[in-house]
Amino acid sequence: MTDNGNKSFNMMEGLPEPPAKGIYFDNNATTPVAPEVLEKMIPLLTDHFGNPSSMHSFGARAGDEVAEAREKVQALLGAAQSNEIVFTGGGSESDNLAIVGTLHANPKKRHLITTAVEHPAVLGLCRDLEKRHGYEVTFLKVDQSGRLDPDELRESLRDDTAVVSIMMANNETGVIFDIEAVGRIVKENGSIFHVDGVQAAGKLPLDLKSSTIDLFSISGHKLHAPKGVGALYVRKGTKIRPLIVGGHQERGRRAGTENVASLAGMGVACELAAANIEHENTVVRSLRDDLEKGLLSAIVDSQANGDPEHRLPNTTNISFQYIEGEGILLLLDRVGVAASSGSACTSGSLEPSHVLRAMGLPFTLTHGSIRFSLSRYNTQGEVDYVIKALPPIIERLRMITPFNEQRATF
Amino acid sequence: MWNYSEKVFDHFMNPRNVGEVEDPDGIGEVGSMACGDALRLSFKLDDEGRITDAKFQTFGCGSAIASSSVLTEMIKGKTLEDAAKITNEDIAEELDGLPREKMHCSVMGREALEAAMIDHYKRLGRGVPCHLIHQASLLCHCYQVTKDTVREAIYNHRLEDVEDVTNFTKAGGGCGDCHHDIGDLLRECWDKIERGVAPAPKEDGGLIQLDGMPAAPSVEHDPVDKDIVARIQELLIDDISVALRNDGGDIEFVRYLDGKVFVRLTGACAACKASDVTIKGYVEAQLREFVSEDLEVIEVDK
Repeated sequence: MTDNGNKSFNMMEGLPEPPAKGIYFDNNATTPVAPEVLEKMIPLLTDHFGNPSSMHSFGARAGDEVAEAREKVQALLGAAQSNEIVFTGGGSESDNLAIVGTLHANPKKRHLITTAVEHPAVLGLCRDLEKRHGYEVTFLKVDQSGRLDPDELRESLRDDTAVVSIMMANNETGVIFDIEAVGRIVKENGSIFHVDGVQAAGKLPLDLKSSTIDLFSISGHKLHAPKGVGALYVRKGTKIRPLIVGGHQERGRRAGTENVASLAGMGVACELAAANIEHENTVVRSLRDDLEKGLLSAIVDSQANGDPEHRLPNTTNISFQYIEGEGILLLLDRVGVAASSGSACTSGSLEPSHVLRAMGLPFTLTHGSIRFSLSRYNTQGEVDYVIKALPPIIERLRMITPFNEQRATF
Repeated sequence: MWNYSEKVFDHFMNPRNVGEVEDPDGIGEVGSMACGDALRLSFKLDDEGRITDAKFQTFGCGSAIASSSVLTEMIKGKTLEDAAKITNEDIAEELDGLPREKMHCSVMGREALEAAMIDHYKRLGRGVPCHLIHQASLLCHCYQVTKDTVREAIYNHRLEDVEDVTNFTKAGGGCGDCHHDIGDLLRECWDKIERGVAPAPKEDGGLIQLDGMPAAPSVEHDPVDKDIVARIQELLIDDISVALRNDGGDIEFVRYLDGKVFVRLTGACAACKASDVTIKGYVEAQLREFVSEDLEVIEVDK
């Protein structure tokens, strides 16, 4: 029984002093721009500011930069040709271009398939297509570990299924779908296969040319490039209609003057990511594993969410019973640690995570879920610090909650 | 990141009066795990009926913890009568304001206080004095309808159920919290009607004949409202519903009457207190922006 009398109760009691430099464990939300990326970008905003469409050397230089960036993105994705890469304004735009562009190119097909755990860029779009544009959408379910059932996909496919859109790795849990198994089923049906690869790119080795994937979205700012740039891989021979019309750029698939500096930055970021894939799957994975094991063993009534066998190397999603995520994040922030939560209170919408809910997690575990997502810039020292800092935070919040005692009747 | 005041942070970082008072005179529990916040408030009275001690336990976000903490400070030293006057706005004000989306945390504080006071009178084996409960003489807070008005309507028109009462008096047409109380009043009145001690029904006093007739002319709109109803429905279906479905919920249009738009939220969080935020902060704001500035949105069947 917690009873501190009228003494004040200090949440910070037992918590460490924050380190001089903040610890950033929220890399699935966004990442810091790599120094090499910034270095590439600055001259393209100052001396070499040209428009790639212009008929002078300023333009030519800018055009060369965009072409070089395209080849670097191609290399990271393992695409056959650089002209399969369409630059966009980010991951959400890539997803929209893939799905809407495919539907517009196949106007007779009125059905699409996605999953219940997609990023809002896909989920929200699919609901909009269903509600406002008369499309039929099948939302595939996931099991408790966040895995798909291939049979459900097989049974959902129809002659008029235009596109199947499935993420490669989940942003909240890191769970990786068996995209090749899914893709074989999709391609047997002759539907277009779109994969949201925003979280996977740079964390998993990719070889799109020998895959079943027709369309693949990536976002710059998830892999240490700036915000506001992304790309869509469009397999040669895949028909899509543009969303933004009014210019010849991107071979007519995305009008608008290229965001040259950011695209060049994304090119460098992709090159760095490709060089660090091994590091990501060894060093970063081991940091993540240490963090997860350390927290689970230090804190009772906690559990890691999502298929442990098939998970991004950088992500862990842990639920802490009896408490609510926002309090955890506020206190973590006070001790210099940035993470995120599936709690209702931390999202603008006040709804708890649709991913954890789709996995059938009880509310008690959903509200107290925290996601830690690491990057190659994190260190063992930071992991050790968080393993020390979090247990007293959880303990303090559990002292306040009415739910860890049997007496609570609500 | 929410824009919390210094005071919210202070009460979150240093919550006052955590726990449960020993040998309490009243305990109030509101909220639930499903909603994402819950509060257990207990208090102790002295011989003169003043609150000498109050403590809380909260499951919820930073502002829920801060609202609970500041509430215990606010009620200490007050009589139950004075404590009963504390509104959720008072709690928010004491914290130098709460973000709009977080106002429900202060509502939870107010509700826990009320629940604890009701519990106190139950422990004493007494009825809850009306004047202790904020605006308790009102039956329906949304439309400010008193019990007397509802009784009169029940007798005059021999109203049989909650829906009838709502159609005649508007009571119960808002948040729906008073449906239970309306039911109690119906039982009270019909007991008297059946024993022949009730006032006679008013001849031609009704808006509609009730004998054997289904109540609820609820979806028949006044022809002069045809245009605005169409615009409301269009916005609800084309935009608002689509947006809510992105968050796992949905909305149904119930009816329009006198500048008031009655809607029903559906989906997992329909019963959650956060729906107030959805209704006022989103649905009403959208309707005011795109249909008419003076519209008021009221959630039914909450």
